Amino acid sequence: MWDFINTQILGMKWLSILISKLLSALGVDTDSRIGGSIQFFFYDVIKISIFLCLLIFVISYIQSFFPPERSRKLMGKFRGIGANIVGALLGTVTPFCSCSSIPIFMGFTSAGLPLGVTFSFLISSPMVDLGSLVLLMSIFGVRIAIVYVVMGLMIAVVGGSLIEKLHMEDQIADFIRNANSSVDIETPSLTVKERLIYAKDQVVSTVKKVFPYILIGVGIGAVIHNWIPESWVRTVLGGINPFGVILATILGIPMYADIFGVVPIAEALLSKGALLGTILSFMMAVTTLSLPSLIMLKKAIKTKLLGIFIAICTVGIIIVGYGFNVFQYLFI
Amino acid sequence: MNIKVLGGGCKSCEALLASAKEAVAQKGIDAEIEYITDMEKIMGFGVMSMPALIIDGKVVSAGKVLKAKDVEKFL
Repeated sequence: MWDFINTQILGMKWLSILISKLLSALGVDTDSRIGGSIQFFFYDVIKISIFLCLLIFVISYIQSFFPPERSRKLMGKFRGIGANIVGALLGTVTPFCSCSSIPIFMGFTSAGLPLGVTFSFLISSPMVDLGSLVLLMSIFGVRIAIVYVVMGLMIAVVGGSLIEKLHMEDQIADFIRNANSSVDIETPSLTVKERLIYAKDQVVSTVKKVFPYILIGVGIGAVIHNWIPESWVRTVLGGINPFGVILATILGIPMYADIFGVVPIAEALLSKGALLGTILSFMMAVTTLSLPSLIMLKKAIKTKLLGIFIAICTVGIIIVGYGFNVFQYLFI
Repeated sequence: MNIKVLGGGCKSCEALLASAKEAVAQKGIDAEIEYITDMEKIMGFGVMSMPALIIDGKVVSAGKVLKAKDVEKFL
């Protein structure tokens, strides 16, 4: 039963077979290289699009219960490491677009939340979200998805706690530190209908925003899948290269993409013999750190703290990658 | 009437600005529309979700890209 859910519903094997049949009916040989690429492309684009719409809908509905104002209140109730854990968890469910990260940072800080808690929140929110959980389940299976999420949360909690310990309060941009405006805005409670409309709007805008990334991601995936020799991938990202994880992380950091665009690339690399930890490091690096988000963050914090933030994320991601590679046999 | 759109300069913020302009034009009212991307000023309003819509100094919407007809309701 579980196997059926995993391969047919989450993995959508039926779709793969259907597309193969349709393509052969059109005279495309899916065993050939070009045919295989076409098959991979259509299968992945359709599968990810279906997941994207369903997931964003459900996730947005849940997120509508956690506006940042409410998350801030919840986090304020906890102390010590508990606050970091709550911050990391709320990071996964609080909705915000990238340009809200600074207002959120300012809002949290001026309300007196510890800097470390704010960072736990800021690290976990792009790296781990509900969407990545289900998408990873679909492609890599349930165990890997859960371990990915747990590892992501751990980086967020440990990273935030470290920043707290370093007492970097003087590294916050002066205009935020000097402000003492903690305006408490009442967040209106929404009706079920309003939440459903919100969820629908989110689906439409997210699909518009990330669809190009999916096409590019799947396109690259299709090329890797059928054209890049397995031996290349094995040499660079497989067990032979001891620096594979570091390479994947450093390559991933400046890249800016949505998790939905990264997964097809990861899937293709994995099938070509790249190590799982190396792939997960790549995905975490791409989603967590990107040039646009760092440039935004630079406005709110000083260079030293920004450097520490980047260093903590990078080291955390690399450790997770090597950890996964060592214990890979437990998950596949 | 004074309308302010707060945002970080991303696409959704610009979409809200466009909606606000359209709503004002539709209603044919005399309103001044400002687009604020300066984080220091944004902070003064205490809003955390972008984009936000401020009408006569009051936050009427945050974290949502409103359509023109939704903006009209606030005018």
